[in-house]
Amino acid sequence: MGLRCVIVGSGNIGTDLMIKMLRSESLDLLALVGIDPASDGLARARSLGVEASHEGPDWILDNAKKFDMVFDATSAYVHMRYFKKYAETGITAIDLTPAARGPKVIAAVNLSEHLDAPNINLVTCGGQATTPMVHAVRRAASAVPYAEMVSTVASKSAGPGTRQNIDEFTKTTSTALREIGGADTSKAIIILNPADPPIMMRNTVFAGLPKGTDHDAVLESIWAMEREVAAYVPGYRLKNPPVIEEGPYPTPGGVVPHRVVILLEVEGAGDYLPAYAGNLDIMTAAAMRVGEAVAEYRGVKS
Amino acid sequence: MTVPGVSPDYRLIDSTLRDGSHAISHQYYAEDVIKIVAGLDAAGVQVIEIAHGDGLGGSSFNYGFSAIDEKELIAKACQTTTQAEIACLMIPGIGLADDLREVRELGVSVARIAVHCTEADITEQHIKVAKDLGMEAIGFLMMAHMNSPEGLVEQATLLQSYGADTIYIADSAGAMTTDDVRRRVNALVKALDVPVGVHAHNNLAMAVSNSIAAYEEGAKNLDGTSAGLGAGAGNCPTEILAAVSDKYGISTGVNPLILMDVAEEIVRPLMPRQQVIDRAGLLLGYAGVYGSFLLHAQRAAERYAVPVADIILELGRRQVVGGQEDMIIDVALELARQHAQSELTDPDMETR
Repeated sequence: MGLRCVIVGSGNIGTDLMIKMLRSESLDLLALVGIDPASDGLARARSLGVEASHEGPDWILDNAKKFDMVFDATSAYVHMRYFKKYAETGITAIDLTPAARGPKVIAAVNLSEHLDAPNINLVTCGGQATTPMVHAVRRAASAVPYAEMVSTVASKSAGPGTRQNIDEFTKTTSTALREIGGADTSKAIIILNPADPPIMMRNTVFAGLPKGTDHDAVLESIWAMEREVAAYVPGYRLKNPPVIEEGPYPTPGGVVPHRVVILLEVEGAGDYLPAYAGNLDIMTAAAMRVGEAVAEYRGVKS
Repeated sequence: MTVPGVSPDYRLIDSTLRDGSHAISHQYYAEDVIKIVAGLDAAGVQVIEIAHGDGLGGSSFNYGFSAIDEKELIAKACQTTTQAEIACLMIPGIGLADDLREVRELGVSVARIAVHCTEADITEQHIKVAKDLGMEAIGFLMMAHMNSPEGLVEQATLLQSYGADTIYIADSAGAMTTDDVRRRVNALVKALDVPVGVHAHNNLAMAVSNSIAAYEEGAKNLDGTSAGLGAGAGNCPTEILAAVSDKYGISTGVNPLILMDVAEEIVRPLMPRQQVIDRAGLLLGYAGVYGSFLLHAQRAAERYAVPVADIILELGRRQVVGGQEDMIIDVALELARQHAQSELTDPDMETR
């Protein structure tokens, strides 16, 4: 038997996560919880034989004994109201909002570090896409004095949570580039693009390279990281080969002679969301990866 | 021209120290700021905007690093002005509400919250912060040629509902004809309770005439930069706008002769190239591509040996929006690859 799981938030992310989780051998999805009885996500749950409740997070607390793990796909605001209550009832929370209450986990970088934490935060979609690449540069160079990411997502795939708290996105992502990616200083930028048909999620990573860096080693490490992330996000790829450009560049982390430019694209798996919504897909894929790692850590046989 | 006792017919916002910084790759120094602010202030300009070209927090790999921390320059501007209000522009997703708090402390009283013309709902947080700080909040819809008059009214109404005191549309690509401007301003003036403004670029050589047309349709705020210094083919030149306004009998409250001196004696000597409409600048307006992409596109064209025109046209096809400068490298790499492949498969090559 797998870990007994519940997803809260019956919007796009929660519903997509449900479809992924139904394929899991170590995570048993018991319920999808929302607040709108008429939501498409809850209807989808019922049609797939998953219990659906529209009574919100309180329903989970009322049935706390039934669950080992809750995946929160609501909003930072809702997560901040409930994260303590989940912990008190002994339910481990995997937080897909940018609330950043628990330790941050980027699946390709520090997956094994916080498997016993009562609350694990998945940073942001842009953080899941770009932090691994900063780490890839860092592991091949003596330092990354400054790293920057630019995330462009289709307007249609940016929900109200992102739109109302865009500063939370950039701040949380920027912090992850330093704390988990290993950069000394950092910046995160997000752009919404309304083009029709919608564009795929694009992420660009710029990293300053100190004098004496082995450029071939950096490029090789980047290609290796593409494979490491693609192992759990199949649509993750380098859109163009990474390039090293000559400066000098006066970054906030000091002047560097070169920078590497890493142009990424994330195509969604199309489980519930359209393929362009790679930003949402990478979050649900990361949530699955982390959830299954927790299950394995707890000795669940898959 | 200043006529005592007569209030100006529109308010002039000069953006030499913000939008102009694109043209000098964000390399302003304190002495430049002091001289420009002193000159514009003496000419009677009502509002002077200063920040990185991409707004507060724009200093980056993607948009270019500022030579001097913008907060230092903003402090200098606030110390130098005697009557002009100091404004900062910020783009949510690039800058932060915290930046607004910092510049408010320095003495900035006008916050221009800029956003792509279809994404107004990401500004709510920032407009409210600006209002809470006691600043005038101006909602600024960029790349306005990419949205219809009705669509802009919808977006502007959102900005107004968040508390914006003034709503601007920006022809960021310099892509609008006079008719395009008239229809948009007319619709906004009819639909909104707050004043409307227009920020024009000169890619199609229409910046001044479009600004005058905007005024005739009811716009109460117009933007310019000294000597037209700015992204792409440059902005509406402040001194020409003031002179033309005089010719039309439109009261501006500013002295065109002093503005001409500022342009000629302070700003032109700073310019690495005079603001002309060359092929690349015209192409930006023709293809509807964000003006600030120009210098980045030229650098990428040189680095990867592909024509700058091809980069600009492809960016137009991809419908990129302001802020997506990283796509310039992406396009240049793809063009370079196509170029290499076509050389390999060129039938003429095989028969040689």
